[in-house]
Amino acid sequence: SSGINAEWPLRPGLTEDSYNSFILLQDKLHQNIGRERSLVSIGTHDLDTIQGPFKYHALPPPEIKFQPLNQDTVMTAPQMFDIFRKNYLKPYLQIIESSPVYPLITDVNGTVLSLPPVINGNHSKISLSTRNIFIEVTAKDRKKAGIVLDTICGAFSEYCTTPHTIEAVEIVQADGSTFSSPKMGSRIEEYDSAELCLKSGIKTATPEQLADLLTKMCLRASVAGEKLKVEIGPTRHDILHQCDVEEDIAIAYGYNNIPQVLPDLYTIAVEQDVNKLSDSVREELARCGFTEVLTFSLCSRDDVSVNLRIPEAVGGAVQISNPKTFEFQVVRTTLLPGMLKTASCNRNMPLPLKLFEVSDIVVKDTLTETGTKNYRYVCALFAGKTSGFEVVHGLLDRVMLMLDVKDYHIQQTSDPMFFPGRGADIILGTKKIGHLGILHPEVLEKFDVTLPCSVLEFNLDPFV
Amino acid sequence: AVVSTQSGHYGRDIKAEQKQISVWELTDEGKSFVANGSYEFVLYSAVTKDGILQKELMKMPNAKIGFSKAMTLGWLVIDKKHEDGPTVFRKVDDATDVVKTMLEDINTQKKVDEKKIQDLKKRKLITPVVTKFYLVTKGTSFNTQIERPEADLTADMLQDGSWKEKSFKEYNFKAKGAPITSGYLHPLLKVRTEYRRIFLDMGFSEMPTNKFVENGFWNFDALFQPQQHPARDAHDTFFISNPEMTDASKLPADYLEKVKSTHENGGYGSTGYNYDWKISEAQKNILRTHTTAVSARMLYKLAQQEEFRPVKMFSIDRVFRNETLDATHLAEFHQIEGLVADRNLTLGHLIGILYAFFKKLGIEKLKFKPAYNPYTEPSMEIFSYHPGLKKWVEIGNSGMFRPEMLLPMGIPKDVNVIAWGLSLERPTMIKYGINNIRELIGHKVNLNMVQENPICRLNKV
Repeated sequence: SSGINAEWPLRPGLTEDSYNSFILLQDKLHQNIGRERSLVSIGTHDLDTIQGPFKYHALPPPEIKFQPLNQDTVMTAPQMFDIFRKNYLKPYLQIIESSPVYPLITDVNGTVLSLPPVINGNHSKISLSTRNIFIEVTAKDRKKAGIVLDTICGAFSEYCTTPHTIEAVEIVQADGSTFSSPKMGSRIEEYDSAELCLKSGIKTATPEQLADLLTKMCLRASVAGEKLKVEIGPTRHDILHQCDVEEDIAIAYGYNNIPQVLPDLYTIAVEQDVNKLSDSVREELARCGFTEVLTFSLCSRDDVSVNLRIPEAVGGAVQISNPKTFEFQVVRTTLLPGMLKTASCNRNMPLPLKLFEVSDIVVKDTLTETGTKNYRYVCALFAGKTSGFEVVHGLLDRVMLMLDVKDYHIQQTSDPMFFPGRGADIILGTKKIGHLGILHPEVLEKFDVTLPCSVLEFNLDPFV
Repeated sequence: AVVSTQSGHYGRDIKAEQKQISVWELTDEGKSFVANGSYEFVLYSAVTKDGILQKELMKMPNAKIGFSKAMTLGWLVIDKKHEDGPTVFRKVDDATDVVKTMLEDINTQKKVDEKKIQDLKKRKLITPVVTKFYLVTKGTSFNTQIERPEADLTADMLQDGSWKEKSFKEYNFKAKGAPITSGYLHPLLKVRTEYRRIFLDMGFSEMPTNKFVENGFWNFDALFQPQQHPARDAHDTFFISNPEMTDASKLPADYLEKVKSTHENGGYGSTGYNYDWKISEAQKNILRTHTTAVSARMLYKLAQQEEFRPVKMFSIDRVFRNETLDATHLAEFHQIEGLVADRNLTLGHLIGILYAFFKKLGIEKLKFKPAYNPYTEPSMEIFSYHPGLKKWVEIGNSGMFRPEMLLPMGIPKDVNVIAWGLSLERPTMIKYGINNIRELIGHKVNLNMVQENPICRLNKV
């Protein structure tokens, strides 16, 4: 049938290219389905250097002694782990390091084939002159192990003397029962020919043409009346559902050959009110002569607490586990850190500096599904030779006018973030929705801002 | 003062013409001739009618020149054979000191013969002096009243009509105008506004995305992304340490069971993944890695309605990836997502709507390549030809949501959901020629860039 070239005179044995490809395939499988070797680990060995039967067992680390791949001497497991801690094998040590015993595969003479998932033995290493290969796969997930093994065997067996043949291995389990490996099983699935093009939108293919397209994709197919019989081989573990077959048909047909058609669905769009209002407020703030900034949602713990002279505020912030740097410790609970950092970085701009941002902050909230909640905040900053307090106050009045709000007022606060006597809460009705004031000099110092600043910040959600 | 009289509006009132005169002036030597007589005359006068010994005569001051000149003029004669030695006698009885007279004339600015002037100059008795001067005459609109030209037309001038009499300075059209104080919107958000408008124009409704923290269930499990998938690792995803988990009771129980069962054993025509699905993985809180989590929530909600109603929805909002950072990658960026859910949709419809969408961005020719996403099948990468870079560049990702994702939600079997996504930052950086993403988002952005960024016109390349 089409697609498979039966006249392939491949020279048996490994060439440099096929050797490299073999290694690359193992690396990819380790990374992806093997989840960085934590789920599945592969070992390949020169069969002529070892002798079965092979044993898969575990020993205390000091009792494990062999010459690891690419090392010069025999050493114990602890010794080799010390070396690996300093090279590319470091991430794999933690998979077994805490165990009192490490897994080991040895042959009948006690030669160590591998210490999965970390390293193979040097003894059984494969070279270009290798003629017989032993493949072992260890895993925490039996199904994944099978997929990996099938994939390697399927890919590699074309280089065998008789292409696509493999010698199976009998495995004796701990309870004495046996099974044969690899499975290399195929299954035959039947699909309704008429259904197979529903997702792709291919209108013009006959069942025979569909069968041809699938066979071209290494899913050998034949027409059986109204149905298509499709053989799904061991290298196609990705076929979970009919849609996977449908994709292959579309790929074989050519995505770029599929005629385009617009969905004839008439819908009237609806915007999210909070976004529509935010955009209107942003435009009003720009009209007032302020420059918009767009800053990061993640920042340090100190940025939302200590640096604003409100150390207890960190308790309300959503914390990231294992951040790579302190800039990713929490999700911001206020837009101020980003504004202040922008002011600090733009010292050469003409004064006064007038900035604004309308964006989400996140705080902990036990009432929601995830225990967190986003709020849409509006923040403005004035930095100049003088503090500009009356300017941000004027901006607040302007925005309230634009939001058509009448029942708000400001009232003095002793919030430590503000210069004494120069801070106020913004009250809507009876609820505090924000605050404004001149920032305390210690806050300015923490953010490396050398000019007096006034800020305004309030929650937009009540107005939506 | 002269130059300023010529500048501006005075040029019409006063004319100034530059002129030059050359005058001869007596040198000091020349002046002494006028005072005492020329050397030759003095010498001549010293010769009596009895004559004088030459060597005596030559003892006089300036005798050499004087004697030579006097001889040339024919005033004196030497008797070299005289008994006392060479003696000088007057040749003429009277001599006129012509040189002295000429010098006097020059001094009093009387006219002197040009040739004689050259002789006098040669003897360094006179020297030329050049005087430059302006000849100032009245201009056409000469006025004895002094007036300053106006820089601007004022309200007062209009009031009293004085603008009719005033003269106005010339305006420098070559200089730039006054800088206008203004407020400014952020470039990336200007692009966002345009994309929002494109979706709204096409009838797409906006999804509520104001929820940065998701749980594994909606971000991954509901999308049929297996718990063992490497993208669920800590090195790709930001996990939350506080609050660490979503309360399981807050997840829809029946649906959760269906998701679990589909992952583990398949169903709905699928073989499933055949692994042990753990609820604890689903409960883990993370910063969402895509806004597709919101799409999943919306589709679930849609499926709970009595009768299925087709929809077109979109979102543009922040997502978070814990990947390696470089010039074009940050930990947070904006994702654009669009989806259509309707009966009997096909890839042909997806291609059709992509052409319509990208046409609004000025892109008319698209190519599609097979791709892989855990939650779409078929999947397509979208490419367009960039005329500036002269190559096909990837502009987005798209596909059809898997049945294992939609059917457990309760979406009808004949409903297909097509979706596509792209980042907001990448097309913005390409459009504005920005190479480092930190120049576009964050606190290190140069505010000048924000203030000078032009109107966003997405359909003009």
